[in-house]
Amino acid sequence: MKIFKNKAVQALLSSLICIVLGVLIGYIVLLIINPEGAGKAIITLLKNFFYYPTSAMRREYFGSTLVKTAPLLMCSLSVLFAYKTGLFNIGAAGQYCIGVCACLFTALYFSWPWYLCLLCAVVAGALFGFIVGVLKSYCNVNEVISGIMLNWIALYITNAVLSLVKEPTSPYTYKLQGAMGKAALLPTLGPINKFFNGNKYITIAVPIAIIIAIAVWVILEKTRFGYELKATGFNRNAAKYAGMADKRNAILTLVIAGALAGLGASFYYQSGIQQWECTATSVPGMGFNGIAATFLGGLNPIGTIFSSFFLQHITDGGTHIDTMKYSAQISELISSVIIYLCGFVLFIKHTMNKVSINKEAKRLKKEASKPAEEKAKGGEA
Amino acid sequence: MEQKAQESYPYVIEMLHITKEFPGIKANDDITLQLKRGEIHALLGENGAGKSTLMSVLFGMYQPEKGEIRKNGKVVHIKDPNDATELGIGMVHQHFKLVECFSVLDNIILGVEPNTMGFLKKSEAKAKVVELSKHYGLAVDPDAKIEDITVGMQQRTEILKMLYRDNEILIFDEPTAVLTPQEIDELMQIMRNLKAEGKSILFISHKLNEIMAVADRCTVLRKGRYIGTVDTANTTVEELSAMMVGRNVNFHVEKKEAEIGDTVLKVRNVTVASKVHKNNAVKNVSFDVHAGEILCIAGIDGNGQTEFVHGLTGLEPLVSGSIEMLGKDITKASIRKRSTSGMSHIPEDRHKHGLVLDYTLEDNLVLQRYFEPEFTSKAGFLRRANIRKYAEKLIGDFDIRSGQGPETIARSMSGGNQQKAIVARELDKDPELLVAVQPTRGLDVGAIEHIHKQLVAKRDAGKAVLLVSLELDEVMDVPDRILVMYEGEIVGELDPKTTTQEELGLYMAGAKRDEVNVE
Repeated sequence: MKIFKNKAVQALLSSLICIVLGVLIGYIVLLIINPEGAGKAIITLLKNFFYYPTSAMRREYFGSTLVKTAPLLMCSLSVLFAYKTGLFNIGAAGQYCIGVCACLFTALYFSWPWYLCLLCAVVAGALFGFIVGVLKSYCNVNEVISGIMLNWIALYITNAVLSLVKEPTSPYTYKLQGAMGKAALLPTLGPINKFFNGNKYITIAVPIAIIIAIAVWVILEKTRFGYELKATGFNRNAAKYAGMADKRNAILTLVIAGALAGLGASFYYQSGIQQWECTATSVPGMGFNGIAATFLGGLNPIGTIFSSFFLQHITDGGTHIDTMKYSAQISELISSVIIYLCGFVLFIKHTMNKVSINKEAKRLKKEASKPAEEKAKGGEA
Repeated sequence: MEQKAQESYPYVIEMLHITKEFPGIKANDDITLQLKRGEIHALLGENGAGKSTLMSVLFGMYQPEKGEIRKNGKVVHIKDPNDATELGIGMVHQHFKLVECFSVLDNIILGVEPNTMGFLKKSEAKAKVVELSKHYGLAVDPDAKIEDITVGMQQRTEILKMLYRDNEILIFDEPTAVLTPQEIDELMQIMRNLKAEGKSILFISHKLNEIMAVADRCTVLRKGRYIGTVDTANTTVEELSAMMVGRNVNFHVEKKEAEIGDTVLKVRNVTVASKVHKNNAVKNVSFDVHAGEILCIAGIDGNGQTEFVHGLTGLEPLVSGSIEMLGKDITKASIRKRSTSGMSHIPEDRHKHGLVLDYTLEDNLVLQRYFEPEFTSKAGFLRRANIRKYAEKLIGDFDIRSGQGPETIARSMSGGNQQKAIVARELDKDPELLVAVQPTRGLDVGAIEHIHKQLVAKRDAGKAVLLVSLELDEVMDVPDRILVMYEGEIVGELDPKTTTQEELGLYMAGAKRDEVNVE
């Protein structure tokens, strides 16, 4: 049973337990709503792209899930990066939103090439992170409060600005096509797209997102900067005592976190798969789901690659649930239940740790009594 | 019948053959502690000897692997602190557990508020508290707020808390650490009163003089083992310390005549704001520290020493005044700048400032140097191999003990070894000025001796040492000069060779003051 004491195994196991619990509760909810189709619905949700009959279509929709995984992964990394410094970046959602604003506006209004639009999204996200950071460091404003408020500010700025580039008859922004916006589409992966049945939304965003996840891991674990950030996260006072620029680091962390979220927006909207709805009344859930992905991924950048994919997988899977038996919102409800449960990872981990410590104590107790007996025997001999 | 049988049994609490293990360490190994009814029983041991673990077992925070606890001869199972409370066991913690903005009375009744239908009946409680405080000679004002009263009074509030709950077994965890000499005398008298009223007291301490003065018997632990129980009437301080440390300890710090050199630190008219109150915690403080001397700032806890050190080391800004180190003005320099230009700082609170507890030992050992080329490459990557090598060297040189060497998480180390790690880190920087704030706080005699030797060695090597201490023995023994701080001001400069503890006590309590001229 030694394997359960390994931290990585514990993290993985607790994530898996959360997923199972989430699916179970999702199933119960389906049962309550309509017991007839529950079994089929939950399987549809878990199957996601396997729902499609042909291999080509499966690959195409697998590709679609990947396209949406990339932005989720970026939001998740944004939350994780700040979390390691002891900051809770709930503003990732707003940073993501303002990123959408920046890249779509520059794409559609100025017809800038993709890399400039991407850069604008990064800068916009970073700027929003910067605001939170400055407020935190110099005015002692809690980053959660300012983050939430900025989420709303970001939403309405985005709605207002993108209304300038919206289709006249719908609330949606123009598609990235033609002279206006085609240049902003991220480069596709060429021959690899063929594997995904020519899914044109698969872009360099997917591999880059994975590379960035690895880069974040390297920065946190191997560099002086990561050492400082984590020290600040664990113990702000000690970091200050050691002469680390704690205020500057807090700002820098939030700038980087904001940049990551902004980049996520670019990865999604510059693939052309989605248009912004200028009448949106809430920020996209991507930033919030990123929080769940962070914890489900065991607070490890590499882990978040998988957790982001899983969360996107069930979110997409939910859209295939039979709308004859269930209302249209059911897909979001069930995936939210699962995502919500995923937030319990730390709790499960803690419980597992406790159990294993108790077992260890019992084992020691046994062993402690053994040598005494042996000694007694030895003495007789 | 049963009542009588209970009273004839001499031991009110017995902990028999207690063994408690943690992964990699036996914190308690077959320890027996028998507390007689109506005695003051001292529990003596170095840091990491297992005193805290033993008390945690008694309070149900840990379950022992072996052994049993008996009350009045009957085996009891203490699963959590509530069980302990029900058995009439109460404790005054080293760090008081009081609600600062509540009154003394509110704190005493907290959790056991007398009420009818949820409405408080404070007058009843107050009468009982006043009665108790008269009876035992515990002078407190029940209506005063905790934040406004002295540390001694806060402690008396803690004692009243136990008495209010009719506890008959009272545990005092290092109760004198925060008191003035005069307050210590008062506490000793209170303990004797409690004993006379039939309470049984367990007195945890490593101050041998106090144990000799007040305790009837003393149980000594060493490295998790039971060494023995002795009657204090038949023993000596030397014998006790030898039992505790396992060898004879030299209490007196051996040092040769100081060779005073140039001025290293020049502090002028320094004023630092208080974090809790509106007024200034440090007022217009000026002094010099020279190379080759140990200057000690003495004073009772909370008289501005902490704030002064924070101002000196850059953790807090000054309101006014200037600081010069090695001829350079560092009044506005960053913490890092001060550190790299020759200042080392052993902080007062090792958990708050000194260590990143969730980091490994090796990461903590490079906390002040990680950015140096030796430990970070030009590209910003940590040189792990060098960090490991450096950590292993310090661990060897300073005898830092831990479960898994450099990879041990600092949180899992004993307090003494955590402190050793900090001292090792700060001394190895080879500072020109060492600011050591209570460097021996909570340490055992052996470790204290070691650290004092290190301070003297720095001084003999021609470095300047600024020691801030609350321990009278340390103040009298280690430094070459003493400055006494009272309510944020320097109220006296004393020569440890000619002054007495009593005189020092008068300055510390604010009963005596001189004008101190620096120039």
